[in-house]
Amino acid sequence: MSIFSFARRPRRPKSAETAKNRLQILLAHERSGGGGKQPDYLPMLQRDIVEAIRKHVAIKETDVDIRMERGDEMSSLEINIELPGATTP
Amino acid sequence: MTTDLKEKAPLGRVIVITSGKGGVGKTTSSAAISAGLAKQGFKTVVIDFDVGLRNLDMTMGCERRVVFDFINVIQGDARLKQALIRDKRLDTLSILPTSQTRDKNALTKEGVEKVLDELKQEFDYIICDSPAGIEHGAQMAMHFADEAVVVTNPEVSSVRDSDRVLGLLSSQTKRAETKDSEPVKAQVLITRHDPVRVESGEMMTVEDVLEILAVPLLGVIPESQAILKASNTGTPVVLDQPSVAGRAYEDAVSRLVGNDVEMRIEGERRPGLLHRIFGRAS
Ligand SMILES: Nc1ncnc2c1ncn2[C@@H]1O[C@H](COP(=O)(O)OP(=O)(O)O)[C@@H](O)[C@H]1O
Ligand SMILES: [Mg+2]
Repeated sequence: MSIFSFARRPRRPKSAETAKNRLQILLAHERSGGGGKQPDYLPMLQRDIVEAIRKHVAIKETDVDIRMERGDEMSSLEINIELPGATTP
Repeated sequence: MTTDLKEKAPLGRVIVITSGKGGVGKTTSSAAISAGLAKQGFKTVVIDFDVGLRNLDMTMGCERRVVFDFINVIQGDARLKQALIRDKRLDTLSILPTSQTRDKNALTKEGVEKVLDELKQEFDYIICDSPAGIEHGAQMAMHFADEAVVVTNPEVSSVRDSDRVLGLLSSQTKRAETKDSEPVKAQVLITRHDPVRVESGEMMTVEDVLEILAVPLLGVIPESQAILKASNTGTPVVLDQPSVAGRAYEDAVSRLVGNDVEMRIEGERRPGLLHRIFGRAS
């Protein structure tokens, strides 16, 4: 390759850089999660949330929606809970 | 055309992307075909059947948003709606990722059928990205298919495995087992085709492959730098900058939905030496 150094502009392909970053973020999460596993605790977390809320308000299992977005600095967990209408006690 | 479709009941057509051999381009094709269908306005979901490996989410660029997966849904730990990831680029496209921690036996026939039946209520096309091999995982991916796209490279072991998969499609699927039902409609998608190597006689021609497999041709996807670039960024190639491979996938998608599109066999690589040294992805 070095024979062609005249053609070697500062051009590390951008998409390869993106690939590396994506992998680093993903693998960091995969390796750190309990026992190297992915969020298997989420179904349990969901159940616990439903139970906690049920102590106060009557909701169905299906009223809880969990979304996640993993980042390199931090990840966010978005939890949407559909509560019964105002007329319900 | 697309506005009409939205009013009607969903088509609910199940298409398996399969091959037997690994690394031939099933996941790449699943991503490109599902995005291509969604781009045409069809409500489309793509399911990762490769339990334990999970690569479709990376190829689709939604790996950071996986919370629940196909296996959670089958096992009743999550509802289907929670596991579906809505694509950020196309609102007609959803992804159902798979689990990385379970094994293929978590896929049960009953579980898979239940999920597919529910998806059919909402989606026009349900694309099943099969794992390699002809074992349980691959059989689950094809079992309920209405159609199959058999991904084949013009290379001996790939063609041979495709032939075996075609045999399974016509004997081991629900359609094969159900009396009076049409067989699974199988078409071959030739990928990683390199016209330069075909010309020099190093690679079998499209005609050679079709003569051996004797099924209709869905399309020919060239060996392409654009595919690597698209997978680096987690973009299905039909949603990335225009490329020869992207165009070839779009043509294949049009044929899949029943349009008559002339078959063009293009390559990315041109024979000239200078082109080889300085050649860039188109
Ligand atoms: N047309 C193509 N040109 C160049 N590389 C390709 C092409 N199709 C697939 N690939 C590459 O081949 C590898 C395997 O593809 P993949 O879709 O994961 O195969 P499979 O799902 O069948 O195992 C990937 O690195 C992918 O980027
Ligand atoms: Mg794959």
